[in-house]
Amino acid sequence: MTPTLRVIAAWLAALFLVIGLSAANANEAAPAVADPVLEARMLAITAELRCLVCQNQTIADSHADLAIDLRQQVRELLQKGMTDQQITDYMTERYGDFVLYRPPFKSTTVLLWVGPGVLLVLGLLGLVLVLRRRSRMPEDRFDAEEPEGPQDQAPAA
Amino acid sequence: MKYLKFLLPLAIFLVLVGFLMRGLSLDPREVPSPLINKPAPAFALAGLEKPDTTFKRDDMLGKVWLLNVFASWCVACREEHPLLVEFSRMKMLPIYGLNYKDERIAGMKWLASFGNPYEASLYDHDGRVGIDYGVYGVPESFLIDAKGVIRYKQIGPFTPESIETKLIPLVQQLKKEAGI
Amino acid sequence: MMKGIVFTENGVEVSDELEVAAPGPKQVKVNVMAAGVCHSDVSVINGTIPWKPPAVLGHEGAGIVAEVGSEVTSVKPGDHVVIATLANCGVCRACSSGHPTWCMRSLGNVSQPFTYKGQPASNFAAVSVFVESTIISEIQAIKIPDDVPFASACLMASFIRSDFSVLYVASNSNTHLPLQYQIAGFWGGHEGSLLLWVQMLVIWMVAVSLFSRHLPREVLSRILAVMGLVSVGFLLFMLLTSNPFDRLFPVPADGRDLNPLLQDPGMVFHPPTLYMGYVGFCVAFAFAIAALIGGNLDATWARWTRPWTTVAWMFLTVGIAMGSAWAYYELGWGGWWFWDPVENASLMPWLLGTALIHSLAVTEKRGSFKNWTVLLAILAFSFSLLGTFLVRSGVLSSVHAFATDPRRGLFILAFLTIVIGSSFTLFAWRAPTVGLGARFALFSKETALLANNVLFMVAAAVVLLGTLYPPLLDALGMGKISVGPPYFDSVFLPLMIPTIFLMGVGPMARWKASSVPDLASRLKWALGATVVCAVVSGWLQGAIHLLATVGLLMAFWIFSSVATDLWERVRPEGKGFTEIRRKALLIPRALVGMMVAHIGVAMFCLGVTMVKTYEVESDVKMAVGDSTTVRGYSFAFKGVKDIQGPNYDATRATIEISRDGSKITELSPEKRIYRVQQNPMTEAAIAPGITRDLYVSMGEEVEGGAWIVRVYVKPFIDWIWGGCLVMAFGGLLAVTDRRYRRKTGVAV
Repeated sequence: MTPTLRVIAAWLAALFLVIGLSAANANEAAPAVADPVLEARMLAITAELRCLVCQNQTIADSHADLAIDLRQQVRELLQKGMTDQQITDYMTERYGDFVLYRPPFKSTTVLLWVGPGVLLVLGLLGLVLVLRRRSRMPEDRFDAEEPEGPQDQAPAA
Repeated sequence: MKYLKFLLPLAIFLVLVGFLMRGLSLDPREVPSPLINKPAPAFALAGLEKPDTTFKRDDMLGKVWLLNVFASWCVACREEHPLLVEFSRMKMLPIYGLNYKDERIAGMKWLASFGNPYEASLYDHDGRVGIDYGVYGVPESFLIDAKGVIRYKQIGPFTPESIETKLIPLVQQLKKEAGI
Repeated sequence: MMKGIVFTENGVEVSDELEVAAPGPKQVKVNVMAAGVCHSDVSVINGTIPWKPPAVLGHEGAGIVAEVGSEVTSVKPGDHVVIATLANCGVCRACSSGHPTWCMRSLGNVSQPFTYKGQPASNFAAVSVFVESTIISEIQAIKIPDDVPFASACLMASFIRSDFSVLYVASNSNTHLPLQYQIAGFWGGHEGSLLLWVQMLVIWMVAVSLFSRHLPREVLSRILAVMGLVSVGFLLFMLLTSNPFDRLFPVPADGRDLNPLLQDPGMVFHPPTLYMGYVGFCVAFAFAIAALIGGNLDATWARWTRPWTTVAWMFLTVGIAMGSAWAYYELGWGGWWFWDPVENASLMPWLLGTALIHSLAVTEKRGSFKNWTVLLAILAFSFSLLGTFLVRSGVLSSVHAFATDPRRGLFILAFLTIVIGSSFTLFAWRAPTVGLGARFALFSKETALLANNVLFMVAAAVVLLGTLYPPLLDALGMGKISVGPPYFDSVFLPLMIPTIFLMGVGPMARWKASSVPDLASRLKWALGATVVCAVVSGWLQGAIHLLATVGLLMAFWIFSSVATDLWERVRPEGKGFTEIRRKALLIPRALVGMMVAHIGVAMFCLGVTMVKTYEVESDVKMAVGDSTTVRGYSFAFKGVKDIQGPNYDATRATIEISRDGSKITELSPEKRIYRVQQNPMTEAAIAPGITRDLYVSMGEEVEGGAWIVRVYVKPFIDWIWGGCLVMAFGGLLAVTDRRYRRKTGVAV
């Protein structure tokens, strides 16, 4: 091939390559964001943060301007290499504990986090005490036996 | 003695009612600032009217001052602004405006129409300084003492009452503290 | 002579010297049964609206037709009607353009059908209703079904007529709003929803009166008295602080429209169903109070109360499920439960109601747990009322919360204190004297059910703790925090594990005494099947995760134990298939109901576990021709077009979905802007299926005419609401058990 022809061939090849590549792109949708892994991390963090404007959505889901800004801010902080905990601290420094949907464990929230366990233990303890006391009561405290229908009982094994 | 355990539901309920009654006078949507009594976050922003000047937080050390967050698109700011203009005439302390998430021209026009109580305004176009200060609505205001510590945050617009009963006494106290 | 309110030269007078003429050929005489008070009437009295006395006041009413003129065809004497305020002519410019309330002819159309002290007296604004009988034109008489309470009819009519002189209608409706949402707008706001509450209470009271012939008179009267007192509280609330009929003057040309989020079929069904549930617990409550007052708390009482509680519970289950399903497909965030304070406010009565149903079973069968049962009956309704308070008082911030007013909050709190406080006081007084019922061993069906009670009560208490903790902390001045899904998910799920374990054990345990080794041996196959199925399901989905396995174990435990229970009852023991059939038909319907309801719970667990663990999402930029593949489903972007809805403009995308090369379906997600309030809304498009939902929603438009599209494959998500419906169906089966349908023999 003459030099000119070679140049033309090279350009044509490049052209076909570009068309070919974009044809491939035209079929398979590109991810919505440049870095899906970062985006997923950002969404996981902001899904536990409360939007301060609407206040009944997470920062991940909210369409409020402040939420959009904060999502962008979190992306930038993640790119700077901050950990999840550092980003959460960043938010609470500015907005207080109110911004966390997962309440922190501190002296003011001990009752909240320990409460369910305590209630369960108290409930079961109460149950055991009531049952023990009943079992020690004399027979006359109870109603006489009524004849039962056969269908109520599970059949004999 | 036996009767006491049956009174438990009533007792718990009455305590709950007490709390709920107290709760009626609170606003669940108000977010108190964690920055009170903490140093004001640093910033370096271009001026609104003078874009080639830069304002830094440290420039203000030694002065007691008020930072007022405003925007041309903010409706409640229009209610607050006349009060600020009037207050600024008392010359008690310098007021600086933070033009939040606004367009420069729109911000300047707004000040031209509604009055300018500020020594100068800072242009926070992308709202980053607002985020650093925990701004979540407009208008908000921060009273900063001579050591650069935030001492009071006004959430929402000032009212004549809040200026009279909260702002002015605190400004006087802070100035006395700083000896100015 | 009849009574009425007349505006005279000396001001306003209540007179009994009124007479009304006979109706003309095209007129109707109506005996007024209900009338609304309007500020316009006051304006006539104080002169703001000049009107020539004497005139009979009142212009919003409903009543019964007494007499009709010779040419009247649309109504007859005895019909219940709502009275349209203005007699629109139908032909003027306003009438022909769909604004009959502005009819030019009727505003000036004053007639004098009355005589006051011998003098002619006019009506006001083409009608008068502060009088025992009134005359209206035929066109103003709008027939309504006989069982609609007249007050509700008045409000509903205002919505349908787009009567924007009613402030509530103007705030929640619009002339372009489709009819079904004009109707649903009735309960779109605070005031109307209260009227709905009272409406539901009335329906339950009628039902109790009709179906309680077997109850002793004093018991029935106490029950109805309690329910009546509760309705007095709500009516007073409306009259004093939340009048749905408040006027707006001058009348706006059009209303502010119903919130677009509420313009959905879910809105038409969810609140009424939910309220039927909430209010239905008032029946169990009234039965409990009546029994405490009368001192006759026994097994018979439990038998009477049980069906009412089950029906209320059914409605609440379906109502909550509807709310969740609606949030899922309408709000576009892909979730279905947010532990929002209002959602919690509906969950707590449900948990207590479920405990109540189980407790009633024991009290009915064995006479035990009477105090527990009565306490639960009081608690279930108390939490319904508490929920009503939380949503309207401003104490909590919620997406559901109605506009708040501290006066309203204070009123409801006072009402709450009186109702619940006096109930608990009555309980404290009477409970010590209540008998213990029959004896049972430490390990028995009774113990299992008692443990179940405790677990459900703890669950309700935990939800209450999380919901009220923020305002509690704030009230103590200890700062502001938020308690959201991460908290509730961590504390609630562990509580459900022992509860669901009991669901397998309880039905199999025997009354009075059961032996642990016997139970364990009967359940060993169930346990084995549970483990195998859980592991296999996880493996089929592609990966086994710890939390998912726990959830699957729970679901399959219920399936297996129900199957074991069923098998024990129908086992042929060598007699062949006909024996199975014979035994199956012998199982009481109430027990079948229990098994079905428990299966519903298992389905719910399965759905929740599958979708939380194995849901897959793909966020992509799509231009025409692009496609993305998720879990074998290929989603192809075909294009967008602009469309116009009745009260919105939208951009609609078309997404074609195929699998293994063949097309399955097409989805059309939209981005809408509702014209009146200018709200943007994302309408997700969903292709539901038994094993998965395909969910697509649109994000923003980006450069090059491409759009951000979010695609989800959600496995088994419909089993969540399907499970709830099955639970409710189980309740239906239980309520239609032969015991309740017997006409003779043992009283129900």
